[in-house]
Amino acid sequence: MVSGKLVKRLTNDQLTNDQIIEKMSRPKHTEYKTPTHIDDYPTGPQYEAGFLPEKNAGWRTFKPVVNHDECIYCLRCYLLCPDGTIMKDNGKIKIDMDYCKGCGVCAHECPKDAIEMVKE
Amino acid sequence: MKSNKIFISGDEAVAQGVRLSRPHVVAAYPITPQTITVERLSEMVEAGEMDAEYMHVESEHSAISATMGASAVGARTFTASSSQGLLYMAEGLHYCSGGRWPVVMMNANRSVALPWSIYGDQRDSLSLLDSGWIQVYVEDAQEALDLIIQAYKIAEHKDVLTPMMVNLDGFILTHTYELVDIPDQDMVDQFLPPFQTPNKMSFENPKNLGFSSRPDDNTEFKYQQNEAMFNAIDVIRKTDEDFAEMFGRKYHGMVEEYMCEDADVVLVALGSVCGTVRVVVDKLRAEGKKVGLLKIRYMRPFPVEEVKDLARRVKAMGVIDKDISFGYEGTVYTNLNSAISQIDKYVYKSNFVGGLGGRDITKAEIEDMYNKLYAGLENKSEETVEFFSLNVEGND
Repeated sequence: MVSGKLVKRLTNDQLTNDQIIEKMSRPKHTEYKTPTHIDDYPTGPQYEAGFLPEKNAGWRTFKPVVNHDECIYCLRCYLLCPDGTIMKDNGKIKIDMDYCKGCGVCAHECPKDAIEMVKE
Repeated sequence: MKSNKIFISGDEAVAQGVRLSRPHVVAAYPITPQTITVERLSEMVEAGEMDAEYMHVESEHSAISATMGASAVGARTFTASSSQGLLYMAEGLHYCSGGRWPVVMMNANRSVALPWSIYGDQRDSLSLLDSGWIQVYVEDAQEALDLIIQAYKIAEHKDVLTPMMVNLDGFILTHTYELVDIPDQDMVDQFLPPFQTPNKMSFENPKNLGFSSRPDDNTEFKYQQNEAMFNAIDVIRKTDEDFAEMFGRKYHGMVEEYMCEDADVVLVALGSVCGTVRVVVDKLRAEGKKVGLLKIRYMRPFPVEEVKDLARRVKAMGVIDKDISFGYEGTVYTNLNSAISQIDKYVYKSNFVGGLGGRDITKAEIEDMYNKLYAGLENKSEETVEFFSLNVEGND
């Protein structure tokens, strides 16, 4: 219901829509530093994106393997990954194996069958 | 100073205060006696007098949710409610203060069902003192308008970043017409610069907003929230002084003392009833009685220092509560007692519970309260909690 005009009013960024779409990627994982003083905490529960609690991929049995020759970079897997482990990386998709649980949604949804689930 | 006075209701005064504060987003659901405020805002947006998005939400729960979402990414937001609607927002109120989103809300104080009642008392907002919002209670339409403008300045202050609720008594203030001075837009713009949040929406620097926390961090976030509320005390005082300097109207910060300088016996109250108490104080003063009024403006943060300071100077204090915490006493009384217990001095106290569900509090009743305080003081009575306006015989 809130218009794109309002979004433009609220953001300082001077980006075109194409630039915004290309920018929208999962942030790179950053190491979490345990706070020692109350001022180390952010004001309320909001912080730079990219701080994940700990690596979490232990229960994976099958891992997704991408065939980049077949991949058409449609980003369907990027949108549908339930754990947000897929990133855009210089025109290619990249899967973060530190967080991928091996659910296989990406392989199931890929319109070109370019992702194969391989037993680890 | 140039004056621009118009004859409007308390609800309309709030709408004028909101317009002058230039919010980006207004999301509200109409409820008596707040309705006129949101109707006027909707009309102003439609007529292009306000450059804001007016979101027609389907409930109060959605109203607070929408304002939180917009506030989180840097929009100045406004919502308004009352009674049942405010309580329907209750989950969101805690969520909003925990998120440190400086939403400003008008609450038209109204009784809570059952029995169903659209008329005024203060049980709705006082039951939400622990929701983490700054709560101010105003006495007239002008104070309502001025406090909306001040509320944005206080709530958005970097050391505060806490939502704020401006309370005005249903009907007595919301529907009563008064002459109200409408401040100059340029001066309001000067007084209230645009909202700057550390969490401004940015595709360059994305943020994770409103995350969960495990037991290792939750206490720290609550500690921080409590500190912010205490920080608000100085910001409230400073904002009131700056406002007085620019607009010529002063509200005396956390509380206002009326004729308390040499007083022996004072009544303590919130909101519109203070106007009636002032009249009674004038009458009793003319008869030579040393009486006064403590108008508590802010219930959160609570004016502990101001209450202690006055308690050191007087002999008896009575609290008028337009609410009751069933099985105990009035909520204002509990808060006042807690502050007074910190000083090493005996003060005779009484709690007068009434004005519930829209019943008027009369001058005669207030005079009676002062007389009871004098009598209790003289007879060294035990302190009492009484419903002062029962129309029938009660139990002893």
